[in-house]
Amino acid sequence: MEKRVSFKGVLLPLLLVLPQLVVTAVFFFYPAGQAIWQSLFIPDPFGLSMQWVGLGNFDYLLSNRYYRASFATTAVFSILVTSVSMGVALFLAVLADRLIRGSGVYRTLLIWPYAVAPAVAGVLWMFMFNTRVGVVTWYLGLLGYDWNHVLNEGEAMGLVVAASAWGRISYNFLFFLAGLQAIPRSVIEAAAIDGARFWTRFRTMVFPLLSPTTFFLLVVNIVYAFFETFGVIHTITSGGPQQATTILVYKVYADGFVGQDLGSSSAQSVILLVLVSLLTVVQFRFIERRVHY
Amino acid sequence: MATVTLENICKSFGKTDVIHGVDIDIADGEFIVIVGPSGCGKSTLLRMIAGLETVTSGEVRIGGRRVNDVEPMDRDIAMVFQNYALYPHMNVFDNMAYGLKIAGKPRAEIAERVAGAARLLQLEPYLDRKPRELSGGQRQRVAMGRAIVRKPAVFLFDEPLSNLDAKLRVQMRLEIRQLQRDLGVTAVYVTHDQVEAMTLADRMVVMHAGRADQIGPPLEVYENPATTFVAGFIGSPPMNFVPVGLVGLGAPEGTVLGIRPEHVELVSGSDRLHGTVVYAEALGAETLVHVRLADGTLATVRQDGTAPTPPEGSDVGLIWAEAHQKLFGADGTRL
Amino acid sequence: MSRRDGMVERRGWGYWLSHAGLILGVAFVFFPIWLAFVASTVSQTEIVRPPMPLWPGDHLLENYGKALASGVNAPVALMLMNSAIMAIGIALGKIAISLLSAFAIVYFRFPGRKLFFWLIFLTLMLPVEVRIVPTYEVIAGFGMLNSYSGLILPLIASATATFLFRQFFMTVPDELAEAARVDGARPMRFFLDILMPMSRTNIAALFVILFIYGWNQYLWPLLITTDPAMNTIVMGIKQMFPSGDDIADWPVIMATSILAMVPPVLVVIGMQRLFIRGLVESEK
Repeated sequence: MEKRVSFKGVLLPLLLVLPQLVVTAVFFFYPAGQAIWQSLFIPDPFGLSMQWVGLGNFDYLLSNRYYRASFATTAVFSILVTSVSMGVALFLAVLADRLIRGSGVYRTLLIWPYAVAPAVAGVLWMFMFNTRVGVVTWYLGLLGYDWNHVLNEGEAMGLVVAASAWGRISYNFLFFLAGLQAIPRSVIEAAAIDGARFWTRFRTMVFPLLSPTTFFLLVVNIVYAFFETFGVIHTITSGGPQQATTILVYKVYADGFVGQDLGSSSAQSVILLVLVSLLTVVQFRFIERRVHY
Repeated sequence: MATVTLENICKSFGKTDVIHGVDIDIADGEFIVIVGPSGCGKSTLLRMIAGLETVTSGEVRIGGRRVNDVEPMDRDIAMVFQNYALYPHMNVFDNMAYGLKIAGKPRAEIAERVAGAARLLQLEPYLDRKPRELSGGQRQRVAMGRAIVRKPAVFLFDEPLSNLDAKLRVQMRLEIRQLQRDLGVTAVYVTHDQVEAMTLADRMVVMHAGRADQIGPPLEVYENPATTFVAGFIGSPPMNFVPVGLVGLGAPEGTVLGIRPEHVELVSGSDRLHGTVVYAEALGAETLVHVRLADGTLATVRQDGTAPTPPEGSDVGLIWAEAHQKLFGADGTRL
Repeated sequence: MSRRDGMVERRGWGYWLSHAGLILGVAFVFFPIWLAFVASTVSQTEIVRPPMPLWPGDHLLENYGKALASGVNAPVALMLMNSAIMAIGIALGKIAISLLSAFAIVYFRFPGRKLFFWLIFLTLMLPVEVRIVPTYEVIAGFGMLNSYSGLILPLIASATATFLFRQFFMTVPDELAEAARVDGARPMRFFLDILMPMSRTNIAALFVILFIYGWNQYLWPLLITTDPAMNTIVMGIKQMFPSGDDIADWPVIMATSILAMVPPVLVVIGMQRLFIRGLVESEK
C-alpha cells in the first residue's frame, strides 16, 4: 500500500530516519552480527585470542547433554506456562462473558498483574513458597507435605511455571474476553434455540470461533515463556536445582556472563534467533490467514 | 482573479498514460466544469492545476504565469476536496485560519477574514465546533470557507457535493454558483454528475478516456454533441442511437443516427422506423416509453405526462424532425 | 450494552456460579500481592516465625521508610528514580524516533526507502535477550555501563512502534496532506500541526505499553548496572537477598516489591482504556 501524496525532498526524509537507523545499526545489527560471528570461534584458554572453529560450537552444543536437557526443559516449561495461563484465562473470560453486567469490574481487577514485572512475580511466589518462612510451605507442612523447591526438581519447575503463568493470566484474559465479546450473540442464540446446552455450545460454536484468538495467544505465550520469564527463573531458582529449570535464555546468560564462554553463548544466541524467527514466521502466516476470515 | 490555461497536458503514472494531451483556455471569472465517468482523468487534471500531481508534459499557466514547478501554496489557488479534508482536531475557526497563519498574516486580519467568510456561509454559530460536531452540509461550508479566506485567484472543486444527500446537493449547488458569481473568481469544478455540470457551468469539458471530447457551453454541448460518448453521457435518459441501415439512410457502413428521446414522437404506423413497446415509466410530468427496434436495440421516447401511453407489446412507429437527428461516424465522431 | 441483553443462560444458577468463579479467580490473582503487602507491614520476627500473619500489621511506615531511605544496597527511592528515568526514556525515545521515521517512510519517496523498511522489519524478530552478550560489549565499548543511556538505547532499537505509527499514518486520508499543502504547510509543519495532534491517542496508548515494558526490564539492567546506585527497582530486589545462609530482610524486600509494582499498576489502571487499545493494536 502506498500513499497517493508524497512530499518532495530527499535530505529531509533521510534526516528523519537517521536517528532510528543509527540506534538500530549500533545496538541491533552490529550486536546481532557479532553474535553470529562469535558463534564461529572459541576463545583460547587464556582468553587472549579467538580460534576459528566453524560450526564447531554448534556441533558441540547439539551433542552436549546439558544443552539438550535445557532444550527439553524449555519445551516442558513453555508448554506448561502456556497451557496453564491460557486455560485459567479462558475459564475466567468465559465466566466474565456470561455476566450481564460487571464484566468491566472483573476486568479491572484481573488486569493489573500484567503490570507486575516477571522478576517481581518471581519474588512474590518465592516468598509464598520459601522453605523457611513461606506461608504456603508452612500450610503444606501442616497437611504433611514437605515442600522444598530448592532441592526437588519437580517442585522447582512447578513453582517457576506457576509464577510465570500467574503473571500472564491478565494478558490472556483480556484477549480472550475481547474475542468472546466479538462473537455475534445471534450465533450463540441460534445454537441455543437448536437445543445446544452451554457446554455443547462452547465446544461446537464458541471455541471454533475463538480459534484465531487462541492461536495468536499460543504463539505470543510461547515467545513469552521463551524469553520474558528470565526474571522469574533468575529470582526463584537461578536455573537449579541441577539445572532443572535452566531454560535456553537462562543458559545463554549463564554461559555467557557467568561462565564467560562467549563462543558457546553466541552459538546459543544464534540457535535462539532461528527459533524466534520460526515463531515469527508462523505468527505472520497466521496473521495473513486471519485476514481471510 | 486569473485565467487558467492548459496546453497539451499529458500525464503518465509509470508506463500508464492517463491524460493524452488536453488543451483548455479558461477565462477570468469563468465557471468551468470538468465532467466525465470515473477513471476518465478529470480529477488528475484538476490535481495538476492544483499542483498536487506533476505534469508529465505540456504547460499549466495561471494568470499567464507558467506554474508547472510551482508549489500548490504559491499558485494562488484554493481547493475544496470531496471528503472536505477538514483537520479533525481543529475547530472551524482554526480550520479556516490555518492557511493564513502559515502565511504569517497578522492576527487581526486573520480574525477579520475568517469572520467575513463565516458570515457569508452562515457559519458564525459554529466557529468553536470540531468538524465531527457538524452536519455534512456544514462541513461542506467549512471546506468552502477555508478556500474563501485565502482570497485565491482560482477555486478548484473536486466532486465537492458527492458526499451529500440529494436535497442538500441541490441547495449547495445553488450556493456554490451564487458564491462564485459574487466573488467573481475563476472556478474549475470536477464532477461525474451531468446535472451538476449542466447547471453550474459557463462552459463544460466532457472528458473521456484521458481526452477532452468536447468543450463548450452546456446547452451547446447538449444540442451538438461532438461524439457518441458525449451524446450518451450528457442528457438523461441518454440519446438514442440507431444504425442507419434501419432507417434506410444512404450512409457509409457503421454510421449511427442519434436522436434525443424528447425529439421522438410515437405514431400508430410509420414506414421509417417501428418497434414494440417493452414498458413505459410514468414519472408524472413525463412518461418514458421504451421501445425495442427490429434489430433488438432499445430506444427511449420521452412523452408529455398527459399523452396517451401505448400498451406494452403494441407495435408503434417512431418519427422525428430531421433537423434534430445527428449522424456519427464509425469512430464515434460527428459527421 | 444492548448486545448483553441476550437471554441465553444469563440468569439463575449459572449466573451466580459465574460470579463465584470470577471471585475465586480474582482472589487467586490477588493472593500473592496481598501476602507481599502484609509482609511489608509486619516485623521481621513475625515473618521468620511461620506462619506469618495474613492481616496487615503496624510496621508499614517503618518498613517503607527504611526501604526508601536506605534499602539494602542502595536506597529504594534512588532505584525508583532510576526505573522512572529508564522507563520514561525508553517510552519517549522510542516514540520520538519511530514517529519521525514512520513519517518519512509514509510521506516521502526517497532512495533507500524500501531497504530501510526491510532493515527495520528485521528488528521485529529479535528480543534483546537473544543478543545480550554482543550488545553488552557494545555498551561497554562506549563506556556506557552504569549509565542511563546504556540502560535506554539498546531497548529502543526495535521497530514495533514504527510499524504501529506507519499503520496509523496509512489510515490518515490523503486529502488532509493535500489540503495542508494547498494551505502552504511544509512537511515538518504538516507533521507538527496535523499529524502529531491526530496521533495523540496512539501516542498515549503506546506510551503506556512502552512504560511498562521499560519499567519491568530485568536482564538488561542486571547486566549493565554493577553500581548499586544505578540499579533499577525491579532488578534491585533480587540484589537485596543476602548470599549464603543469612536471613533476608523480608519486610524491606516486600515493601520494595510493592513499591516496584505501584507505578506500572497505576499507569495500567489509570489508563485502562488506552492501555487495552494499545495492547490489542500493537499485537495485531
